[in-house]
Amino acid sequence: MHEMSIAQSVLDIVLQESQNHKVNRVLSVAVKVGELSAVETESLRFCFDFLTKGTLAEGARLEIERVQVTCRCQECSSNFTVQELIFSCPACKSPKVEMLSGRELSVESFEAE
Amino acid sequence: MTVKVPVVRDILEANERLAEDNRRVFRDAGLFVINLMSGPGAGKTSLLERTIDALRQEIRIGVIEGDIQSSYDAERIGQKGVQVVQLNTGGSCHLDGNMIKSSLEALDLNQLDLLMVENVGNLVCPAEFNLGEDMKAMILSVAEGDDKPLKYPLMFQESQVLVINKIDLLPYVDCDVGKMKERALQLNVNLEIFEVSCRTGEGLDFWFDWLRSQVRERKAELDGTKT
Repeated sequence: MHEMSIAQSVLDIVLQESQNHKVNRVLSVAVKVGELSAVETESLRFCFDFLTKGTLAEGARLEIERVQVTCRCQECSSNFTVQELIFSCPACKSPKVEMLSGRELSVESFEAE
Repeated sequence: MTVKVPVVRDILEANERLAEDNRRVFRDAGLFVINLMSGPGAGKTSLLERTIDALRQEIRIGVIEGDIQSSYDAERIGQKGVQVVQLNTGGSCHLDGNMIKSSLEALDLNQLDLLMVENVGNLVCPAEFNLGEDMKAMILSVAEGDDKPLKYPLMFQESQVLVINKIDLLPYVDCDVGKMKERALQLNVNLEIFEVSCRTGEGLDFWFDWLRSQVRERKAELDGTKT
């Protein structure tokens, strides 16, 4: 699984930012994961815990916010949440839709001391 | 004292940067690059072999073979007399921008028109990692079933092309190709779909023609920027 590479990238970003902000210990890390991302959250947590050992972020909590898949219809401009992976507008049935959220994979912030 | 540090950075930003570097290199060389993704055994290597056999006289093709282990695929492709590099990911389930970048030294890009990258056989992870390709194509065989779009949505969302392979097996498997296509199009209405059999050759001419036109367009773009 690729959660190990994702967790490593999360840690790289956090350690880089920790250096910039001169903190001694990271307590928690907030990440956003879109529902459409192919990331399994429990596996991500496991990899993160493993990789942080011996770093400033050892023992830090990984707070994962899942983001729903939402779209905007390009025909009638209505916004909607995608249900059961059907990417067409529930109002006008058009399949021409633009994804607004659901592909997130980002480090939002972290708490440190 | 506890502080909250705002970050807001894309977790895959390092890979995105490398993929962009690769994209620039490919553009400069006037190459059309396609990333082939599928589960194990759907027919990525067979599609490559068929494509090379059909197009090698008119298009200069290079191949990057991604596998967890072994050089079996690169040997298969190497017999065709085209430029090929084998990447072994050593356990990793997908190719990433960095692996592609490191493999480019082994290829003479200026002597190529089309670069085909065979990703690691996996229906999940490769979809998250851009390589700098122009398009992602996924190959799905009818033997895998018509329910796959429901189970691996990201793959279908990220791809611009869907090659449905092994249609010669349709009399023997419970796969409704109509349903498969409908489900795939619900995820991504812009999918270009080809129905083929790499074993019998059925339907492959449409795929070859499509590739020819992509390569032509890329060449035209390059000529346009030169003048």
